[in-house]
Amino acid sequence: MNIDLVQVRDDIHTRKTTARATVDQTLARIARSNSQLNAYHEVFDDQARADADRIDHEIAAGNSVGVLAGVPIAIKDNIVTRIGHTTCSSRILENYRSPFDATVINRLTQAGAIIVGKTNLDEFAMGSSCEKCAWGVVRNPWDINRVPGGSSGGSAAAVAANLCAAALGSDTGGSIRQPAALCGVVGFKPTYGRISRYGLVAFGSSLDQIGPITHSVRDAALLYQCMAGDDPHDSTCAPRAVEDVVTTLEETPRAFRVGLPVQYRKGNSPSVDAAVARAVDFFKAMGATIVDVDLPLTDVGISTYYVIAPAEASSNLARFDGIRYGHRTKSKAAKDLFDLYAQSRSEGFGPEVQRRIMLGTYVLSAGYYDAYYRRALQIRRLIKQEFDTAFAKCDVILGPTSPTAAFSIGGMTDPLAMYMCDVYTVNTNIAGICGISLPAGFDETSQMPLPVGIQLQAQAFAEPMLLKVARAYERVQGGRKYPTA
Amino acid sequence: MNEPNNQPAPLTIDDVRHVAKLARLAVPQEQLSALQHDLQAILGHIAQLQSVNTDGLEPMAHPLTLTNRLGDDVPQPSMPIADLLRNAPAVQGDFLAVPKVLGGESS
Repeated sequence: MNIDLVQVRDDIHTRKTTARATVDQTLARIARSNSQLNAYHEVFDDQARADADRIDHEIAAGNSVGVLAGVPIAIKDNIVTRIGHTTCSSRILENYRSPFDATVINRLTQAGAIIVGKTNLDEFAMGSSCEKCAWGVVRNPWDINRVPGGSSGGSAAAVAANLCAAALGSDTGGSIRQPAALCGVVGFKPTYGRISRYGLVAFGSSLDQIGPITHSVRDAALLYQCMAGDDPHDSTCAPRAVEDVVTTLEETPRAFRVGLPVQYRKGNSPSVDAAVARAVDFFKAMGATIVDVDLPLTDVGISTYYVIAPAEASSNLARFDGIRYGHRTKSKAAKDLFDLYAQSRSEGFGPEVQRRIMLGTYVLSAGYYDAYYRRALQIRRLIKQEFDTAFAKCDVILGPTSPTAAFSIGGMTDPLAMYMCDVYTVNTNIAGICGISLPAGFDETSQMPLPVGIQLQAQAFAEPMLLKVARAYERVQGGRKYPTA
Repeated sequence: MNEPNNQPAPLTIDDVRHVAKLARLAVPQEQLSALQHDLQAILGHIAQLQSVNTDGLEPMAHPLTLTNRLGDDVPQPSMPIADLLRNAPAVQGDFLAVPKVLGGESS
């Protein structure tokens, strides 16, 4: 764990190294690997070096610097930055430059973080493989013939290949946790409303949450601490104080109960089940109580999600109309406004985005609203109640992050089969609770060893306890491993 | 859980065309049937929602129960017009340029 963000930061601040040397090494690794991995869409070499020099100057002058001063961080390209472009990996935003920075960007840069580049995603965060990226597929650093997961696959691949000290992702139904699991890194989705969504290009507004993808749990805790808290620009941000998760992180968690849902045990690959079993043994050895919990609507979560998320997306993505920003058709056939909207949108959006807009429009349309959308929102309440019942019996819920390790690029062509990758992650977002994926060993059955992840979920706003438990697991595990390439 | 009687009515090509129009998408003729097939398959899966008893449940639109959060009514500087127009595909002076609007949308 000698290269996690906290270690890099400490080395810079104690002058064992410099921010400039750290940034130069990161940029050199990007130059070497990115043409193969395609983790980054854009890299800000000059600005990153200038920022590093400025921070080194402050440190040399003995001035106090922020807790993230000098560390290079990658940003998923659906979070707006004034520097460079913000494309959402979509042709419709190919040339878009944001006139403002997202709240998380302001908070990270105020703490001294250096924004090193923007990472690729499944277009508009709709996907679980990073194959649906307008700028080409992203590859898994553990095996370049496999997907990194998605939709924050560029950020996960960048962390896994050590092309940044940490990265930001966004998670609407598993888009931070699943790629983190498939790339062997830590992915943390905080409670809905804990981190401002201002400047996150909206996909499913009642589900979306920004979070860190990192080398270690302590990195995730630090980034969370820097970003969390209310924001006047986001009225759905929770107006409650943020506990200090950084200084309490190394405490041994007090007696706690780990819940194992029976529904999380079927259809997983053996390596995934084995990783969960090892984690159970670890928590038992720590003195935790292991209890069975029941989440019978686990399967129904996918159906619920694929009504709510597309419905919200069809509304959110209506803003891309070819008028104020984004792609506008050059077709002479677009004679009136309707044609201009429809042509611009169909030229700009990829097939999966159009499919989800269609699905969302359908479930919201006259005659279907009650049968689909309203019913999904009722089941959403049931799913929330199911978690509430389970969390009366346990403090954390343990299970797989994804049923399998990374699959082959091009190996999953059926949209519905792809949606099933998220069976263990979507309900976290539906209920608005928090979850973290941790590296938990390898699938050794394929040609190259592939990382597998475990997930810990906890009740809304239980981040301090969740992170402590995750950190205790990480300390015993010995932290993440690195791909050899 | 997918009981046959829960299966949705088949989605016709005309349905797909209608939804595309509502969604302001120009789906090319040759892609309509593939889209029809994909949507039908997804709706077939989603039909499992019909098998869950939802009697008396209040819909939950949002995980947080915040309502009517009010901000202080303090004037803030607006974003400069030049910044806002920088991304516009067509501009005339300080205005966004669009095709002729009068005459209504095609139906």
